[in-house]
Amino acid sequence: MAGISKEEVLHVARLARLELTDEEVGRFQEQLSAIIEAISKVSELDLSDVEPTAHPLEIANTWAEDEPRPSLTLEEVFANAPDREDDYFKVPPA
Amino acid sequence: MIDTLRLTAEGAKQLLDTKEISGAELFAAYLAAIGERDPELHAYLHVCDDPGGDGIPIALKDVIGTKGVPTTAGSKILESYVPVFDSTVAARCKEHGLRLLGKTNTDEFAMGSSTENSAYGPSHNPWDPTRVPGGSGGGSAAAVSGGLAPWALGSDTGGSIKQPAALCGHVGLRPTYGTVSRFGVVAFASSLDQVGPVAKNVRDCAYLYSIIAGRDENDSTTVEVPAVELPTADDLKGLRIGVPKEMNEAEGIEPGVTAAVRAAIELAESLGAEVGECSLPRSVEYGVACYYLVAPAEASSNLGRYDGVRYGLRSDGADFREMLMNTRHDGFGDEPKRRIMIGTYALSSGYYDAYYGKAQRVRTMIRNEHAEVFEKFDLIVSPTSPTVAFKLGEKAGNPLAMYLNDLLTIPSCMAGLPGMNIPVGLSEGLPVGLQLIGPQFSENALFRAGHALEQAIGFDGVPERLR
Repeated sequence: MAGISKEEVLHVARLARLELTDEEVGRFQEQLSAIIEAISKVSELDLSDVEPTAHPLEIANTWAEDEPRPSLTLEEVFANAPDREDDYFKVPPA
Repeated sequence: MIDTLRLTAEGAKQLLDTKEISGAELFAAYLAAIGERDPELHAYLHVCDDPGGDGIPIALKDVIGTKGVPTTAGSKILESYVPVFDSTVAARCKEHGLRLLGKTNTDEFAMGSSTENSAYGPSHNPWDPTRVPGGSGGGSAAAVSGGLAPWALGSDTGGSIKQPAALCGHVGLRPTYGTVSRFGVVAFASSLDQVGPVAKNVRDCAYLYSIIAGRDENDSTTVEVPAVELPTADDLKGLRIGVPKEMNEAEGIEPGVTAAVRAAIELAESLGAEVGECSLPRSVEYGVACYYLVAPAEASSNLGRYDGVRYGLRSDGADFREMLMNTRHDGFGDEPKRRIMIGTYALSSGYYDAYYGKAQRVRTMIRNEHAEVFEKFDLIVSPTSPTVAFKLGEKAGNPLAMYLNDLLTIPSCMAGLPGMNIPVGLSEGLPVGLQLIGPQFSENALFRAGHALEQAIGFDGVPERLR
């Protein structure tokens, strides 16, 4: 039976930059294990001779003219910013 | 007196064109209906003032970006977000004179089948407010069925337009992938997301589709589409309709749903359609597993942008990384968290080939199975949802049970095919929906068949308790 351990839940959460409380780790471990078991059903199939589909339409290389066009103003760009200093998004120190 | 429960968009246009009513009167009638019934239905997250003009009002699902009007995607992480530009579909509605009534409720980031995953509380089904309206587009569905909007736009990744339309008793179209721009629409799973119309009848649905469809230079996945034909025919002569055995006999389909769908199929035959059985043996069996690999994988990538830097929520943190992790913890609800983690897991080193890579091959298999069926049939039909609207809270504690709501809508989404729900009857006093699925770019055939069936069925889309 497929499943996911507490350590794996924490590892995946770290990769996804998600802080989790202890309570959430326990709950998600149980729920994600059930989901992973269900989606593991795809492993029943042998599809080694089938090409993968990334996108349902047969289109490739859509080009646009490389010419300048009006874009957002700086005020618009920063309109939703949580914090700003001059023309920069301001964040806590790395 | 304007009866917003019965007025179609086409009817509204006639009243406006003949100056029987003014644009202001029409807009006010919807605001009054919203004031009266939205406290119970909670279809809207944001209601707009009349912007003036004489166009038909419209509601937009809250994943559709609207300049100067809050766009939350049903998430706390976008609670304060006010777009500085219009999505292409919102702009096309505006260019057509349509006036924005408001933004409708949705499961957070369109992830869900009941609106119970909305950070702002669920919407309620106008037929029975103790039941869900479906999801994720339950807000648009409740608005249209409850007379709070003549029509609306939704978005559909694995059934979010069709399933709510089935549960609330109206028409909903998920168009062919690539026909409608997603520019400015909050992204969930980009190889699947489609915007589409939610309407009281098939003609309104076709009309709204004609307004939003077509190539957009801001969305490189869009293509030119065939001219839209408003349906008029009331027969189905010459139409070959396939009934996929697995989609009509799947475990979990309620008997009342099967009965209403069978009656509609018999009616189609009496209207001149040639009906035959067909098979999609593995699309139904493996569709849900395939979807819940592909969609979360893409979601985990798309939702990476919510970082507390450029827009949206920011939580405190001693350093950048702590701020980032706290922001995403506080801003996302449980369902996005689950899908981000499933997607990250499926894409992570050592698992990629077994999960995401495999799911992409399953997707090819699903496409091939459908292509084979469409060599013999013009359209295929099945129930849209295995059940009628379920009770609020009934499935909320079990994510996996909730995922199975989409069993019948998912396969055609994986194949990029258009699908439309039309209401075909009641079971236990609640609407039952039929889905019509066609090959890519067959929207006109769906409209024609849907319209003819709709005329013959004569379903009354006004919830019994509101008549």
